[in-house]
Amino acid sequence: MQIELNDTNASEIARAMVKARIASGSPAMDMVLTFVVITDEDGVADALRDATDLAKEHPARVIGVIRGSGRGAATLDAKVRVGQETSGESVLLRMSGQLVKHAESVVLPLLLPDSPVVVWWPGEAPADPAEDPIGRLAQRRLTDSEASSKPVHALRAVARRYEPGDTDLAWTRLTPMRGLLAAALDQTRSKVRSAELVAGPGNPAAVLLAAWLEDRLRIDVSLTEGSYPHVSEVKLHTDAGDVLIVREADTTTFSVPGASERQVPLVTRTVPELLAEDLRRLDADDVYESTVKHMLEKGTR
Amino acid sequence: MSTSYTNPLRDPNDRRLPRIAGPCGLVIFGVTGDLAQRKLIPAIYDLANRGLLPPSFSLIGFARHDFDIEEFAERTKAAAKAGARTQWRDSVWDQLAGGLRFVPGTFDDDAAWLNLASTMKELDQQQGTGGNHAFYLSIPPAFFDVVVSKLKQHGLADPDDDGSWRRVVVEKPFGHDLKSAQKLNAAVAEVFPRESVFRIDHYLGKETVQNILAFRFANGMFEPIWNNHYVDHVQITMAEDIGIGTRAGYYDGIGAARDVIQNHLLQLMALIAMEEPVSFDAGSLRIEKQKILANARPPQRLDLHTARAQYVEGWAGGVEVDGYLGEEGIPPDSLTETYAAIRVDIGTRRWAGVPFYLRAGKRLGRRVTEVAVVFKQAPHLPFSKLEVEELGQNALVMRIQPDEGVTLRFGAKVPGTTMEIRDVNMDFAYGGTFVQSSPEAYERLILDVLLGDPPLFPQHEEVELSWRILDPVIEHWARQKRIDTYPAGTWGPESADKMLARDGRRWRRP
Repeated sequence: MQIELNDTNASEIARAMVKARIASGSPAMDMVLTFVVITDEDGVADALRDATDLAKEHPARVIGVIRGSGRGAATLDAKVRVGQETSGESVLLRMSGQLVKHAESVVLPLLLPDSPVVVWWPGEAPADPAEDPIGRLAQRRLTDSEASSKPVHALRAVARRYEPGDTDLAWTRLTPMRGLLAAALDQTRSKVRSAELVAGPGNPAAVLLAAWLEDRLRIDVSLTEGSYPHVSEVKLHTDAGDVLIVREADTTTFSVPGASERQVPLVTRTVPELLAEDLRRLDADDVYESTVKHMLEKGTR
Repeated sequence: MSTSYTNPLRDPNDRRLPRIAGPCGLVIFGVTGDLAQRKLIPAIYDLANRGLLPPSFSLIGFARHDFDIEEFAERTKAAAKAGARTQWRDSVWDQLAGGLRFVPGTFDDDAAWLNLASTMKELDQQQGTGGNHAFYLSIPPAFFDVVVSKLKQHGLADPDDDGSWRRVVVEKPFGHDLKSAQKLNAAVAEVFPRESVFRIDHYLGKETVQNILAFRFANGMFEPIWNNHYVDHVQITMAEDIGIGTRAGYYDGIGAARDVIQNHLLQLMALIAMEEPVSFDAGSLRIEKQKILANARPPQRLDLHTARAQYVEGWAGGVEVDGYLGEEGIPPDSLTETYAAIRVDIGTRRWAGVPFYLRAGKRLGRRVTEVAVVFKQAPHLPFSKLEVEELGQNALVMRIQPDEGVTLRFGAKVPGTTMEIRDVNMDFAYGGTFVQSSPEAYERLILDVLLGDPPLFPQHEEVELSWRILDPVIEHWARQKRIDTYPAGTWGPESADKMLARDGRRWRRP
């Protein structure tokens, strides 16, 4: 069921949600979290689709927030949806005028009781996510530096303001590659002396991967620019020989000392898959923290 | 290679990195069989697709067929494609195919075993499996003996060096009575140390066990009432809507009690009844389950508190189906039960006087596995008899499958001016449409074997204790000359209803 409300307020929206829920036969009773998506008119369709897909794994109340122009009278329009091929419920809030500075006053009454709150900025992130008025309501704050116009710069900006609960999707995108590298060392069981990375220019995931390797292995990692947009090559120099992972589109070659070269699947995951990984744990990501701290200490790369 | 290597890229705090099995290979005996084709191979594909297998993973199939490797690869690919739960990706399959080998032969053919040994060696060198191999005995139990002793004879059961491992996976049934179970255990124990033996009960996935443990021991509000002060009785049900299908050869002579009560239902009972383990490691959990199984008794009056029956033809779910005796390959005078119900009493302070009713059957109303803890009525009801006419007993139902979750059944006032109380349900499902990403039981089982994570598999003591409970029942039934019947598609025979009625209780309709 879908209900549209114009020039409304939070308590009318909450009433509409209860009404829609009853009308749909209460499909959304076991929601586990509130997922707030902060976006703009251009990004809203994609962001809400991704968030709804995510709700299939984590039944959630999805709250989309569009901050419009700050001029003119404060207005709030809302669209409530329950059921309709989602396992949770969603409400899209369009704000303009003075209200854009007080968006949290609408979001706060709409949070699910007790359960965790996650905020996601699919586009440009605020300068200080944990101090953002809506970010402050959340346990987990997800930014996506790759969606920014200056990705590495954006990553460093959120890293400087790191608070427990922050992570960037560039880090999430790295998980399969990190898993593969860990598996390579499971097999090689040998000390790593240095490492080389090749990645597309200005790729924040590559910067994070280099920092992670340096931090975990206490080695120097060189990062050179390649033509493939993501991390295309990782070479670990170990005492037993080189571990080499070369990635081209969907085929990845994996070779470790003492075994023949192999093809491994390293597929690019969709945004809902990335978000699902992030939400599996709602506590702080210590390894991410340690990695971004190392990245900042190391200075510009 | 040293055993003390700790991988600096693995950090216990790093919860994102999947627990990928280390370098290893799997040898499946009976790879062309039904189980391997329908379950094991798709599960291996799904694991690979989720990135949980090591890049060096290799799979050796052993079977009595004259395939060449291309033919075997083709068949295996088809099986994986047909059964895969996750999206099909050729790139994932190609990776797996690189580590695929086939060894033809029979179990008494020494040349085949030599071939297997050299194939494993070759994989260690080329693929980097590092001498780590698991053997999956996806074969009838009659062959366990010979396979295990051949593994020993050809030196395949012993790890090459101190850093590597060999493991063996045995599927249920673990014997058909106490004696055969002991014999089987002895044969396996002679060759593999106990921590290398994995007994798999695929009905009881690890996810389920952990859900029960979390529910019971992570919450404060259930444990205080989890005893004979509050619990009236417990019903454990495993119902299937299908008949025996193509499993006639296996099923006839085995029956519902041996097939699922001995392993699955008694394990569920142990998990529901056990005391809190001091920790959730393998040993502590086993100790608590064993205490329950050791103190569980079959009914004293086997004639009054057991029931067994066979389905006869009827309409099940809108389809007219044959009776058990009409199924292909079943002898017309078979007395094998397709439905079994028994009462079990647990002699502990917590459970004295609380009967556990276990029932399992085929061609029942619907497919469901659940544990219902039924509570005593409130000692005093300050309502008139009329007002609570529709109030039953409170119940807490752990739904195991399908639609895993918890249901709480309690009384609530019907809205209106009259005082009228009726039973209502409060439901929790493990995360709504969550199903699509929760792993298949076999995936977790295989991954546990490759990781060497045995906690929740029953060990041989539990298997033997379970037979001790069931043996008297089975012997009693074996002495009977006739068997009750129930129409297909119903909830079992009248004798089972009478069995509960004698105790003043009745079965829940699940």
